[in-house]
Amino acid sequence: MDRFEGKIWRLGDDIDTDIIIPTEYLALPGVEEMKQYAFSPLRPELSGKIEPGDIIVAGKNFGCGSSREQAPEIIKHLQIRCVIAKSFARIFFRNAINNGLLLIENPDLYDHVQEGDRIEVIMNDKIICAGGEFPIHPLPANLMEILDAGGLVRAMQKRNGILL
Amino acid sequence: MGMTIGEKIIAAAAGVQSVKPGEIHTVNVDYLMSNDGTTHLTIDMYQTQLKHPHIADPKKLVFIIDHNIPAENPKTAEVHKKMREFAKKYDISFFEGKGVCHQIMFEKFVKPGQFIMGADSHTCSYGALGAFGTGIGCTDFLYAMVTGTSWVMVPETIRFELTGKFREGVYPRDLILTIIRDLGANGCNYKVMEFAGEAEHNMSVNDRFVLCNLAVEAGAKTGIAEPDEKVTEFLHGQGREGGTMYQSDPDAQFLQTYHYDLSKIESVVARPDFVDTAVPVREIGDVRIDEAFLGSCNNGRIDELRVAAALLKGKKVHPDVRFLVAPASNAVYLQALEEGIIDILMEAGAMVMNANCSVCWGSCQGVIGAGEVLISTGTRNFKGRAGHKDSKVYLASAATVTASAIAGKIMEAAGI
Repeated sequence: MDRFEGKIWRLGDDIDTDIIIPTEYLALPGVEEMKQYAFSPLRPELSGKIEPGDIIVAGKNFGCGSSREQAPEIIKHLQIRCVIAKSFARIFFRNAINNGLLLIENPDLYDHVQEGDRIEVIMNDKIICAGGEFPIHPLPANLMEILDAGGLVRAMQKRNGILL
Repeated sequence: MGMTIGEKIIAAAAGVQSVKPGEIHTVNVDYLMSNDGTTHLTIDMYQTQLKHPHIADPKKLVFIIDHNIPAENPKTAEVHKKMREFAKKYDISFFEGKGVCHQIMFEKFVKPGQFIMGADSHTCSYGALGAFGTGIGCTDFLYAMVTGTSWVMVPETIRFELTGKFREGVYPRDLILTIIRDLGANGCNYKVMEFAGEAEHNMSVNDRFVLCNLAVEAGAKTGIAEPDEKVTEFLHGQGREGGTMYQSDPDAQFLQTYHYDLSKIESVVARPDFVDTAVPVREIGDVRIDEAFLGSCNNGRIDELRVAAALLKGKKVHPDVRFLVAPASNAVYLQALEEGIIDILMEAGAMVMNANCSVCWGSCQGVIGAGEVLISTGTRNFKGRAGHKDSKVYLASAATVTASAIAGKIMEAAGI
């Protein structure tokens, strides 16, 4: 859990929720059926090529647009290990953490990597790639608790709170 | 130290004297709104993942079917059935086919000073009445539904001082598209956009709705227009009263203050595939259109329908264009019927549809095909937003959309 490495898929700025999962596929029964259409308006081939443990690296404002929670859920179901972007849209950020999907904000990495590169992430510490090392601003403890549990609902169950 | 409107609402919801940006507070939520985009996911989690399912206060919940209404296939019908039955079982306020969720909230629920969460990104609209509305996902919704609370990190506030008067043919829609162009699609990421100044006070609550509704397209947590007696008058007209009208203190801290003189704003059009791409309509060149849409939570109220009717009276929609109109609510629709607006639109060749999200979210009505071009008063123009991934969506005011529907290409109202 403390460190992992993975292969990069490099996407651009303003990757919106309609690109992550277009409206027309939201009526499918579940995210397993939807995930083959992930990113299809932009890169229809991508979802078929993603392998478990891969990492998405993107520009600014990743996840902008709708509050549809299917967007982070699908990325999680594609077994993307984490998304690293220059910045994230705020509703997506919250939804991703609530689904146990790790997001890392870093303003510089994007400009120093290419698609297919392998990078190493040391949790709440730094990212290591061929182009150098990039520090990670640690996530607050309450968000780490949710991530470690695998999402908000599981965290509540674990915490033995009202949801249990 | 003084507080902004957003900070005062969060402090009240958290039950504390004062708050500062960056602090995390647990807040009581006044209303929780969810529509048929994701309510079924919340219900599934509620029914399968909780050991002791419990709703903190069903009176605070509002379920609204507006995204795919009437249902267009059996899967959607199942989603609606699930919502309908759950709402009935737990005595939750429920609306179906009555209008776009944010318009229903505006007409029937929102009061100034309230803290409201909705499972839809455009929940930021409620600042039109001086409330703090913000969009969340279905898991956050579930948490708030069960506990009656949520957590919020206090955002910084960016203030927009509005002065002057719009020139003829220019509307709040042009202003907010210009602001988003100037600041960028994440220029207000996790900020409150506070609208104030003499020109804001001159605006109707409908016009303030247009501004606050698109705050999320600049990345904002919410938009809030400084409330005044126009809010009181509107609420009175809807048969409700109460709430607290907060103003920012003179020594409140704003991250930044921008000044906009409305007389300098032009009619603009945002180009595909991003909302922050507005250019003056006069610079857009020769752009033929296949479809025009007037409606959505941003721009489907009586004011916009009046603008369209005034332009269309005695004219015809271009033979190569489908002009689709969806009033934002049945109350708007009935008002338009009474004023003879619907007659004018239909005689000109427009298709008038039931009150719903319609073309704006590209699912059940007016979907466009490969290579087609839409000009819309909707909220977004992302790639594939209204249909095929290789279609194009332009965003503009009701006046520009209607003028374009008549001309068959993108055109300012002044050109008609």
